Amino acid sequence: MFNIRNTLLLLASMLPLPALAQSVEIPDSVKDCAGCHQLQQSNDQAGYSAPPLFFAGNKYRQQWLEDWLQEPYRLRPSGGFYADHVVTKDGVDSIDESSLNSHPALDNETAIEVSEWLMSLTPMDDLLADSNDYSPGSVSPRLGAMDFVKFKGCGGCHRDTPEYGGLSGPELYTAWNRLQPHYIVSYIKNPRAWNKNSAMPNRALNDGQIHKLANYLKILTDED
Amino acid sequence: MHKQANTFLHSLFGVVLVLTLGWSAALEAADAEQGRLLYRNNCAQCHGLEGSGKGINAPHLEVAPRNHTDYEEMIARTDEELFKAISEGGQAVNKSVLMPNWGHTLSEEEINSLIAFLRRLCCEQ
Repeated sequence: MFNIRNTLLLLASMLPLPALAQSVEIPDSVKDCAGCHQLQQSNDQAGYSAPPLFFAGNKYRQQWLEDWLQEPYRLRPSGGFYADHVVTKDGVDSIDESSLNSHPALDNETAIEVSEWLMSLTPMDDLLADSNDYSPGSVSPRLGAMDFVKFKGCGGCHRDTPEYGGLSGPELYTAWNRLQPHYIVSYIKNPRAWNKNSAMPNRALNDGQIHKLANYLKILTDED
Repeated sequence: MHKQANTFLHSLFGVVLVLTLGWSAALEAADAEQGRLLYRNNCAQCHGLEGSGKGINAPHLEVAPRNHTDYEEMIARTDEELFKAISEGGQAVNKSVLMPNWGHTLSEEEINSLIAFLRRLCCEQ
């Protein structure tokens, strides 16, 4: 006999299940962060003004996190999402500096506690594993810069020096100290696999091309 | 009787035509609205929020981004050319390599909605 409730339940059971969200316990020292950052994994990544942190342990270097949380500075000249911080006058866009927020600075003890917790968030291990064949290498600064700016066009959105490059993406002359090498490779390979709201396209580059870009970011820093 | 049937068929044809045109216009508007959001999230960083080619990254690019409000430039491009430029990048249409290929990021439907929005930007204002 036809029963609409059972029919709906049957139809629902046939639908693909959404990816299970990773539910993590958030310590008190981090709870305020949830106002701007996504701390829990879910399919909906909309509505956050700052980068997602639910995979922070797959992304950042712990020492950088500890240091930056104590002395934070703006990594993206145009804020978390550029379009929210742009004003247009006579058809010309510029950054509305008054709309940009500063990140609060933490004391040493809290910064260590928060960064340790953030580094425990590693739900993207499988995605990261796809980039395991990358071994950091080198590239000549001149060829690396030419590839970054002229051939791949990365400099249109990112800065590879404090003075040169676009404004919508995060600065990259500090990327190697900030980010794990395999994350850099994986993100270039498919930005939206990490952040559905990323304004960076998947260029469909091959592994050699991606490794060359990663090596260029490496030689931009003096460390490591 | 025959005349009445003819009148009925004509009326029916008229109703179907009006509904089809209305539905088509609604779909086009929906496409352009989806395109507007995609443009804001992806294209405006270089092409500008108003499509003038003067986004925040434009001063840092060696080749100026296309002004999508330029009627003469845009009307000369077919939808197929625009699709190829967005999907495969500037190099595929003999333009700047700085225009990236979006075909591995946006779906065909999304690119078509961007084209619908570009047509609104360039040619309906």
